[in-house]
Amino acid sequence: MSQIKETKKIPPREEMPVIMADIRINTFDEVALGFSEEQALVEASRCLQCKKPKCMESCPVNVDIPGFINLIKQKEYQKAVDKIREKNCLPGICGRVCPQEDLCEGACIQGKKNQPVAIGALQRFVADWELNNGKGGPSIPGIKPTGKKVAVIGSGPAGLATANDLALMGYQVTIMEALHIAGGVMVYGIPEYRLPNTIIQQEIDYIKKLGVELKTNMVVGKTDSVNELLHDYDAVFVGAGAGLPWFMEIPGETLNGVYSSNEFLMRVNLMNGYRPDNDVAPIHIGERVAIIGGGNVAMDCARTALRLGGKETNIIYRRSEVEMPACKEELSQALEEGVKFTWLTSPIEVRGDENGWVKSIICRRYELGEPDASGRRRPIPIAGSEHEIEIDTVVMAIGQGANMLFANDLPDLETSKNGNIAVDETTGQTSKPGIFAGGDIVTGAATVVQAINGGRKAARAINDYLMGCEETN
Amino acid sequence: MFPILNKVVWAPDIKQFTISAPDIARKAQPGEFVILRIDDNGERIPLTIVDSDQNRGTITLIFKESGRSTLELGKLEQGDSILDLVGPLGKASNITKLGRVICIGGGVHVASIYPITRALKKIGNEVISIIGADNKKSLILSNEMKEISDEIYIATEDGSEGQKGLASDLLKQLLEKGIKVDMVMAIGSLAMMREVSEITRPYKIPTRVSLHTTMVDGIGLCGSCRVSVGKEIKFACVDGPEFDGHLVDWNTAEQRASAFIAEEQLAIEKFLSGGGCQCHK
Repeated sequence: MSQIKETKKIPPREEMPVIMADIRINTFDEVALGFSEEQALVEASRCLQCKKPKCMESCPVNVDIPGFINLIKQKEYQKAVDKIREKNCLPGICGRVCPQEDLCEGACIQGKKNQPVAIGALQRFVADWELNNGKGGPSIPGIKPTGKKVAVIGSGPAGLATANDLALMGYQVTIMEALHIAGGVMVYGIPEYRLPNTIIQQEIDYIKKLGVELKTNMVVGKTDSVNELLHDYDAVFVGAGAGLPWFMEIPGETLNGVYSSNEFLMRVNLMNGYRPDNDVAPIHIGERVAIIGGGNVAMDCARTALRLGGKETNIIYRRSEVEMPACKEELSQALEEGVKFTWLTSPIEVRGDENGWVKSIICRRYELGEPDASGRRRPIPIAGSEHEIEIDTVVMAIGQGANMLFANDLPDLETSKNGNIAVDETTGQTSKPGIFAGGDIVTGAATVVQAINGGRKAARAINDYLMGCEETN
Repeated sequence: MFPILNKVVWAPDIKQFTISAPDIARKAQPGEFVILRIDDNGERIPLTIVDSDQNRGTITLIFKESGRSTLELGKLEQGDSILDLVGPLGKASNITKLGRVICIGGGVHVASIYPITRALKKIGNEVISIIGADNKKSLILSNEMKEISDEIYIATEDGSEGQKGLASDLLKQLLEKGIKVDMVMAIGSLAMMREVSEITRPYKIPTRVSLHTTMVDGIGLCGSCRVSVGKEIKFACVDGPEFDGHLVDWNTAEQRASAFIAEEQLAIEKFLSGGGCQCHK
């Protein structure tokens, strides 16, 4: 009760300044500008320092949220970010891309009567403070080397979290990244305006300073095999991600101008298409772009298309607004920027011109029936509702499956029924001794913070496994 | 960084690099490819591995300057380095003893057929090679191919070397003579591979082709390389690059190959006018 009384006195939630929609759609600059120190202090003062913090319980990695906010109140910004890092090695990234509305902020007691504390913005504030004013790297004394080596496949959030934790436990960790740049889906998938590359690379640099070795251009399954890694390392962690793009398997998907969301985003994010000094158009988009899907990736594709000069960008989703998996913030920013939405609609065919370029999609309308296995109302096609929409570019953002290229020499590695790697949920242990897995390759496409959680669990289990081995030897 | 140890200029627009890449050399098999990036602003360029030397830790690549990135690549010299090199990628060619095989290479793709031909010969096949080019000057690896073939036939479009015409004409003539062939392997332009597949179809000769599609990552992430084979969608980077020529949907393959022509033309013009390199300074 005392908490509820206090809420009457607290100031309103600080709003993070953003670049105006009409300006930001002409650039890939970061949309959200971050809190000023004054804002951060006001916002931190809104935290009630609950004895049993619901926010912390709702955080997949259980960051001590009241703890770091209390340190902000005392202007102990370095200590605040150190506090976050105890549980989350990618503070600036998660401050930006976590779906806080569904996690910590969704559980914040302030949100019951007022607006929840802007936990994500506060986390971002201290992470950015460290980048600009911090000591430039970790100063963790007294890590006792175990003398054991662990190979990590993939440098996305799961792999980075595993590497970070194992390095702190004294393991010699080498990350194998297949692409030319580290970061996994955070680099090739999430656009620059939402998560700048420099932030990702700085947070990776911090982990490298713990002694983690990073090898780019190493495709496990091709350049090296898992069995070879098991020979050279004491354990292997697989965080290879959900990198196999799904298509709808409808006629016309091989027409020019039809892209997977991965290809579309990768051509921009990975090939420097977002940089103003890049003088070669990374992708041909025309004026009318249709994005198929309703998740955050669909929002990323739509907003990227606008920034590449698309005049009309339309998100086509087979359910309604309520069922869209995208974050509210993503959805509202997309709307502000002029992205159009066509709900309860899905394409059944892509049609092309005489040169093989997309010219239209044939769509069908749906109505919502009973809830399906996902708990969302099932879309039911409406007979005779087929209609043609003229379009220049189609992006399929309907999800991704596991990319199993690494498993070339592991034909009998157990997978779940959806093709992901099957693991023990608490340890990340796969069906093969010495091989652990976590992140999207286990869960299917999920959030950065869930992948960090998977990586952390596996790091603890790898430590148990290797220390157990030690005892029996 | 991957240093270029040796450069050979086969023709004004066809060049060969021997590159130090021990991890790739250790694993490379015929039919596989690499992806390279010249510098931080560069495209990811897929190129077939022509040769590899495990002891020296080198791989050999041959490329034709056909786009902005390969034009830039061609300007590199011995002693320069390539920023990123990843591989070996793709599925290796299935090298088995079949009996008599015909290996056909066209233009710069003779470089791609060479390692497969050599492996097929080494395992005990009788190898008939057919190589073609626009003219004598752009004909590459003819001596090397001769050394590993039981018979070799050459065609140039202008008749400056071998028979005047196309490599596929020579294949047609051989098959019309009634020789028994157990497999045909063709690597060249899409038009050439399509023609070869049509020539062998009535004879029911198993025919393999290698599809050099557009690619971004080369590890199955993007689907840019997707082709329709036997009514199924396949990714050339991880399911290929070799496919059954009789099952490839050639219309789709040709249509998809044209997707980036406009952008590429613009990029070449900018590069040649000196504008293309401004961003690197």
